[in-house]
Amino acid sequence: MNAKKPSLDRQKKLSNFFVNFVLIVICLIWIVPTLGVFITSFRNSQNIFKSGWWTILPHREYVKTEEIKLADNVDVDGPITVNGVTRTFEEWRAGVLMPDGTQLIWFGNKRTRQIDVQTLEWKWFETDLSLENYTNVLSGKEIRFKDGSGNEIVRQGNNLSTAFLNSIAVAVPATIIPILIAAFAAYGFAWMNFPGRKFLFTLVVALLVVPLQIALVPILQDYTKLGINGTFLGIWLAHAGFGLPLAIYLLFNYINQLPRDILESAFIDGASHFTIFTNLILPLSIPALASFAIFQFLWVWNDYLVGLIFLGDQNRVLTMALAAIVGEKGQDWHLLTAGAFISMILPLTVFFALQRFFVRGLLAGSVKG
Amino acid sequence: MKNSKALQFVLAIGTMLLTLFLLQRGFIFLRDAAVSKIVIVVFAILWGVGGVAALYTVANWIVELLPTDWVPRIQPIVFVGPGLALLFWFLAIPVFRTLVLSFRGPNGQGFDGIDNYIFAFTDRIMLETFRNNLLWMVFGTLFCVGLGLIIAVLADRSKYEAIYKAIIFMPMAISFVGAGVIWKFVYTYKGEGSGISEIGLLNAIVLAFGGQSQPWLLIPPWNNFFLIAIMVWLQTGFAMVILSSAIKGIPAEMMEASRIDGANEFQIFFRIIIPSIQGTLITVTTTIVIFSLKLFDVVRVMTGGNNGTNVIANEFYLQRFTYGDAGQASAIAVILLLAVVPVMIYNLRQFRESRAF
Repeated sequence: MNAKKPSLDRQKKLSNFFVNFVLIVICLIWIVPTLGVFITSFRNSQNIFKSGWWTILPHREYVKTEEIKLADNVDVDGPITVNGVTRTFEEWRAGVLMPDGTQLIWFGNKRTRQIDVQTLEWKWFETDLSLENYTNVLSGKEIRFKDGSGNEIVRQGNNLSTAFLNSIAVAVPATIIPILIAAFAAYGFAWMNFPGRKFLFTLVVALLVVPLQIALVPILQDYTKLGINGTFLGIWLAHAGFGLPLAIYLLFNYINQLPRDILESAFIDGASHFTIFTNLILPLSIPALASFAIFQFLWVWNDYLVGLIFLGDQNRVLTMALAAIVGEKGQDWHLLTAGAFISMILPLTVFFALQRFFVRGLLAGSVKG
Repeated sequence: MKNSKALQFVLAIGTMLLTLFLLQRGFIFLRDAAVSKIVIVVFAILWGVGGVAALYTVANWIVELLPTDWVPRIQPIVFVGPGLALLFWFLAIPVFRTLVLSFRGPNGQGFDGIDNYIFAFTDRIMLETFRNNLLWMVFGTLFCVGLGLIIAVLADRSKYEAIYKAIIFMPMAISFVGAGVIWKFVYTYKGEGSGISEIGLLNAIVLAFGGQSQPWLLIPPWNNFFLIAIMVWLQTGFAMVILSSAIKGIPAEMMEASRIDGANEFQIFFRIIIPSIQGTLITVTTTIVIFSLKLFDVVRVMTGGNNGTNVIANEFYLQRFTYGDAGQASAIAVILLLAVVPVMIYNLRQFRESRAF
């Protein structure tokens, strides 16, 4: 027994090491893409075009120290000898490692007759970092930046600051309104008696997984007729409508399991349904309300489809503005990376601050599609 | 006494009319006013949230002034009515309206018979979207659930469980558009030529191992898998969190007993953990299958559905908003709905068994 114990301990340590190793590898894969975008968003636009974001870390790279001009009588189509090494033009252009550790590389096409001598040198951390990309992408005015070849580019800004405000104007009411409506409905389903109660709640459950594509064509017709296409009201209603089945379902499950005697004693004291709802049920339901609120807020903030269809360009939200930069200027990584981070700041903050409630909501609502 | 009640009733009705009037003025102001955006945002929030709260309060005030035997009959309408009205307007009725539209022509006029459905099931692009959605549903779900399960089981044995889980879970807070930017940057390709260095992570890694850089998003059918990777990155956290809480629900004595009986970790995983969380596994799988069926944003932002990456929801968008054919778009939406009907029936059956009512 005693002899066996150390080997068991070792086995346990080994398996612990294995578990942590696998998890760390997975976590690195998960985090590195975001890290790359984060770092890039602070880099100088010219550097972004020229080198990968990982080059801001200390590393060694080839730096040109001198150049060799070939004599005019050297035949560039045949083998070329430089400093005692003979290679073809293609090989010179790809770069040749010399015995002394330097790298020789042909500059440009055959006619230049120029070979650069590069030596491996240490580069310390890149320090040319700033918030310029952020101010540029937030601005709606003219912005200037340098492209990969150092040319200055002047362009209209993408005005992400306005889009950020629009996102708030859409997301806050589109979170609170459906919660309010759903809480009233859930209370009604749980504590009131009316004809068709069971059928109507079954309908709520059935609607949980209905894809919202089914509604887009007819609702757009209605919006055009009512003149609320492109308005905040229109998109709040749409988000409320699409979020309600889950909201009613979650809140009903919660409110329905609150102890019945609270309600009965309140009734005996002469309180009305409305007073009980506002003074008793709402405060008691805060955990469930918070769970759904985070859920809905992240959903609305990150939504692209509903915004694309019901909001015009004048009220466009962050996801739409960001997608527009991807579409128009897919290679402007300095703007894209800063824009992506601006769109992520608020949901990430909410998420990490209230993760506990969010997980609870997920667990309760995992029937939704 | 009776008089004062009548007076109150008139007052309540008056308040309701005033509220509606003020809300209407607010709407006009929001639509037309040329003031700074911050003012608009603050006003919009107050108007929207306050308006809904005010409408409920005033409506309830009116109802409570009604004769006592009316109150229990009318009050449920105030509580449940607005919610149901929105549900009917935005989800229940559109099912039938879209069904009708799917038999009509491009402008919602005329009668096209089943032409739109014939298109949906024979068109080359549509067949491509079906194939791609199948790829998403099979591989996306497999990787999300599989990885989620592995991470949940492994993290359960580590001291640093919370940190690992937070990192895997983090992408759930990011939009598909934002995730699209993150991964487009990983996949970006500059091409060959002297003096060009790849700035995309994937190509840099491939080059470092002596390979050739590739325009990853332009190579069918593999580009689909590079897009699926984005969904896996976003949704694995969801599967992990739900499965992890199910695993924590397995009694510790059960695992301990089988360990003492000499079961190894693999036997415990397949004979105890998997059977115990079977129900949760099914729920998570169906949720992610439905999710990949409706998938839109990633494809829209990354490739626009070009180069063999189109999916059903993107084709719906293209038909309705790019080609302007409401009939064909509606037929596609109906097909999407039919695809989720089995899940709907399953949910209803579960609900009936739970006897919540």
